[in-house]
Amino acid sequence: MLGRTLREVSTALKQGHITPTELCQKCLFLIKKTKFLNAYITVSEEVALKQAEESEKRYKKGHSLGDLDGIPVAVKDNFSTSGIETTCASNMLKGYVPPYNATVVQKLLDKGAVLMGKTNLDEFAMGSGSTDGVFGPVKNPWSYSKQYRGKRKQKAHGENEDSNWLITGGSSGGSAAAVAAFTCFAALGSDTGGSTRNPAAHCGVVGFKPSYGLVSRHGLIPLVNSMDVPGILTRCVDDAAIVLGMLAGHDPRDSTTIQDPVKPFTLPTLADVNKLCIGIPKEYLAPELSSEVRSFWSKAANLFESEGAKVIEVSLPHTSYSIICYHVLCTSEVASNMARFDGLEYGHRCDINVSTEAMYAATRREGFNDVVRGRILSGNFFLLKENYENYFIKAQKVRRLIANDFVNVFNSGVDVLLTPTTLSEAVPYLEFIKEDNRTRSAQDDIFTQAVNMAGENLTSTIPEPHAKEPEQLHVTSFSYLPITNELAGIIETFVVT
Amino acid sequence: MAAPVKRWSCVGKRWVLAYIDGGSRHGRGAAIGFTSRRKRGQSSVAQQPLITAQKSRKGEHEWEAVVGLEIHAQISSNSKLFSGSQVHFAAPPNSLVSFFDASLPGTLPVLNRRCVEAAVMTGLALNCRINKKSLFDRKHYFYADLPAGYQITQQRLPIAVNGSLAYSVCVGKKPSQVSTKTVRIKQIQLEQDSGKSLHDEPRSQTLIDLNRAGVGLLEVVLEPDMSCGEEAASAVRELQLILQALGTSQANMAEGQLRVDANISVHHPGEPLGVRTEVKNLNSARFLAKAIDFEIERQIHELENGRKILNETRSFDYKLGCTMPMRDKEGKQDYRFMPEPNLPPLLLHDTASLPPGADPQQVINIDWIRERLPELPSETREKLIQQYGMLPEHSFALLNEVGLLEFFQNVIKETRAEPKKVTSWVLNIFLGFLKQQNLTVNESPVTPSALAELLNLLDRKAISSSAAKQVFEELWRSKGKTPSQIVSEKKLELMQDQEALERVCHTVMEGHPQVVMDVKRGNPRAINKLMGLVRKATLSRADPTVIKKILERKLSS
Repeated sequence: MLGRTLREVSTALKQGHITPTELCQKCLFLIKKTKFLNAYITVSEEVALKQAEESEKRYKKGHSLGDLDGIPVAVKDNFSTSGIETTCASNMLKGYVPPYNATVVQKLLDKGAVLMGKTNLDEFAMGSGSTDGVFGPVKNPWSYSKQYRGKRKQKAHGENEDSNWLITGGSSGGSAAAVAAFTCFAALGSDTGGSTRNPAAHCGVVGFKPSYGLVSRHGLIPLVNSMDVPGILTRCVDDAAIVLGMLAGHDPRDSTTIQDPVKPFTLPTLADVNKLCIGIPKEYLAPELSSEVRSFWSKAANLFESEGAKVIEVSLPHTSYSIICYHVLCTSEVASNMARFDGLEYGHRCDINVSTEAMYAATRREGFNDVVRGRILSGNFFLLKENYENYFIKAQKVRRLIANDFVNVFNSGVDVLLTPTTLSEAVPYLEFIKEDNRTRSAQDDIFTQAVNMAGENLTSTIPEPHAKEPEQLHVTSFSYLPITNELAGIIETFVVT
Repeated sequence: MAAPVKRWSCVGKRWVLAYIDGGSRHGRGAAIGFTSRRKRGQSSVAQQPLITAQKSRKGEHEWEAVVGLEIHAQISSNSKLFSGSQVHFAAPPNSLVSFFDASLPGTLPVLNRRCVEAAVMTGLALNCRINKKSLFDRKHYFYADLPAGYQITQQRLPIAVNGSLAYSVCVGKKPSQVSTKTVRIKQIQLEQDSGKSLHDEPRSQTLIDLNRAGVGLLEVVLEPDMSCGEEAASAVRELQLILQALGTSQANMAEGQLRVDANISVHHPGEPLGVRTEVKNLNSARFLAKAIDFEIERQIHELENGRKILNETRSFDYKLGCTMPMRDKEGKQDYRFMPEPNLPPLLLHDTASLPPGADPQQVINIDWIRERLPELPSETREKLIQQYGMLPEHSFALLNEVGLLEFFQNVIKETRAEPKKVTSWVLNIFLGFLKQQNLTVNESPVTPSALAELLNLLDRKAISSSAAKQVFEELWRSKGKTPSQIVSEKKLELMQDQEALERVCHTVMEGHPQVVMDVKRGNPRAINKLMGLVRKATLSRADPTVIKKILERKLSS
């Protein structure tokens, strides 16, 4: 039952093959069984069982709230959940219980979804490994697959198996792992520079980053307001489309959401790529790109071409500037957004009370990890009066050029871009931590953050069907943008079949 | 040791003070060694502030003061600028705080339409250009009553720019010598108010009240076109009246709805502007004028003694009457301005640019607001002068007190008495009573109808003017009685019975033959004595003119 698609489970619930409570208990059982993955920071067992019970009542009366009624979901721990601790994996917010639900959470609950818990992440979503949170790193469920273990044994005899687990990618690694481990059917992540797509790629699930403004950010604890979007992680594209349909649309509480009404998202059953023009950005053929990813990339391109799609090389000339530009804009907004964490209204407060300033300093030193403090420091540097023109304004100009790159490509007749999400497959934790967070983020966000800066485009990560083809375990995925209803269907058809 | 000589003074007399303490502090301008000089660019104005200086060792040196103002006016709105919490003065601490106001993580600002309309109205009333596109920025600083660590303001592109404000200052000794001046308005920007910190020194605690946090403010920046405290205070007073007329701010300084920061510098005419200081948080017109004048003199004194002026923030100690450097603002702040990413640009429309089929709830039409602007104080005063032949200073006085004009107009509506009579009664007697007891017009025990009725009685000579004053006092004391009731209870009505009056006069004349003789001998004043006696005999209920006529007739017969 847990391996089925959302639609299938929904049908099973409607037909009474399984009750929401049974489904919830199955997931709770798996959550406990996979506790070692560290995917969840908080498991909201009581709340979930109560919600399941209510869902069950609705099904009994025949008043189901739709496809999501009774469906177990998980939420990244940087979305506010009323009455449930929301920590951002930081000492700063340990014990913080928001009094309100993020709009996306409320929408899921309004549709009858059952909230299993809050998932792990890098502190305040700053990272690309889900290794830098105060609750410890998230382990990639695929580390424990037969295939991966077999491979490790061949390579390194005598190595401690336990220390060779793979990272999930990040920062929404907890959500990706939760979905990959079948502990829920869908999870919310957030995506600022690739934080949904990157762990989706590493964990072999669908990671979907909606266009900026399509889904409300109200209640999402911000990293970079102008780039953050709630992301969706599921095990198949159709599931993501269903969840997106529930979440998309204007929110009066978020002035940056689109005003126009949103049409429902449905995937077509037939895939016809004859009229499709697929762009391959030549700048994405980076030297660091692993040979495996590279071969998958060309394999996918060939697949489209053989089915009649037009595949052409395109150029996004400002790509090489995007990661540094992202760094300036990201840290500047981080410096600003983190200013509210002063220990006064909520969150951690130190014991020092010599002066207000001393209290701020100690609270923030104790509350934030090195990564967060480093970004605050550099962000404040970029925003200083004497630096603002040279850094922030310049970065904004470059951001415009990067956005224009995408506009130009799509105006030239290209329907969709086919790119890798990550440079390589998921790496073992011990290897990952050899580099610091900043270096890692710069490397891992290379293919993903540019669209966050461009803003308007829809991006999706599609999993390799590793369940069916064991040799494709070392998952790599592809981003497509912009994705339309038809395209999503086409892509799924192609990759899965 | 030489007596301290005032080297700088300003001739303007403020309306605010003109009617309160009569102002008698401007007699020092003619001392030897003082010169007067016109300020640049304002040659059309009849009389200019007097800029004076002492002869210094190096030769003739005059000082010119330059004053600019930043005024924060709390927008009168039901809810805050970016949240749905209510706005109330003196509500229980922290009772009007939304999640956004407390900066709970994940909350986002949503712009309040009413505040935007208030800014547009104010901009139009102050002759500003309204920017159809304006932007919001974050201004960062750590302070306990600023929960987000930044204030949302409009630093780069404010909602209104390039306006002007005309105000009047009294330039002579007589209140009728009024001069109109203009100060340019640099910009009007929308921004959030902060919360309030209450420092409990003995317990070394700071208590925070966030009720005010996030309330909408209009920051009005006045260019440094003023040259003394009087001018600044007059400009602020006029702005206050405009905001109140528009209803965009209650602009009550005592309640902190209008707060003024003044930028002050001095320089020699023809030379570049001097280093300026900023005097913060001036919360009354009187202190504003005092603080500015003190600061100008302090700066001149410092410079003449070879010291430098520091670009610093100072506060005004109203008890000592001087400005002091502010301790916590010593270090120069870098506010690290940044665009507010959660708010798209604020777009306004006019009728020409209005998108077809736009939802009226989602767009703001500048032309529509312009057409509905209420009458401004200057227009009201002009009307009073035209309609009632009122003196300009009386029109100022009527507008100066909250509710007084309305009171006046209600009296006018219900009485047959001459407007001049009404003006005199309202400004002298009614306002006098209010001031004496420190009451506002709303708190007056005398209603406009009662005063109108009283003036009617006076107008048709049913009572004498001295009786009228008695009736007024009685009205003030005993709420609920009508003037007619008081008149009949106290038997104050004028005796209309000619025969009875004749009898009284006759009796008085008979009782005082000596006085009658005096009159007949040619002492003109003696008749007043007879009149006084008659008045006494009639308990002031006789019309003096009628008595005089009767007496004259009887004496000449």
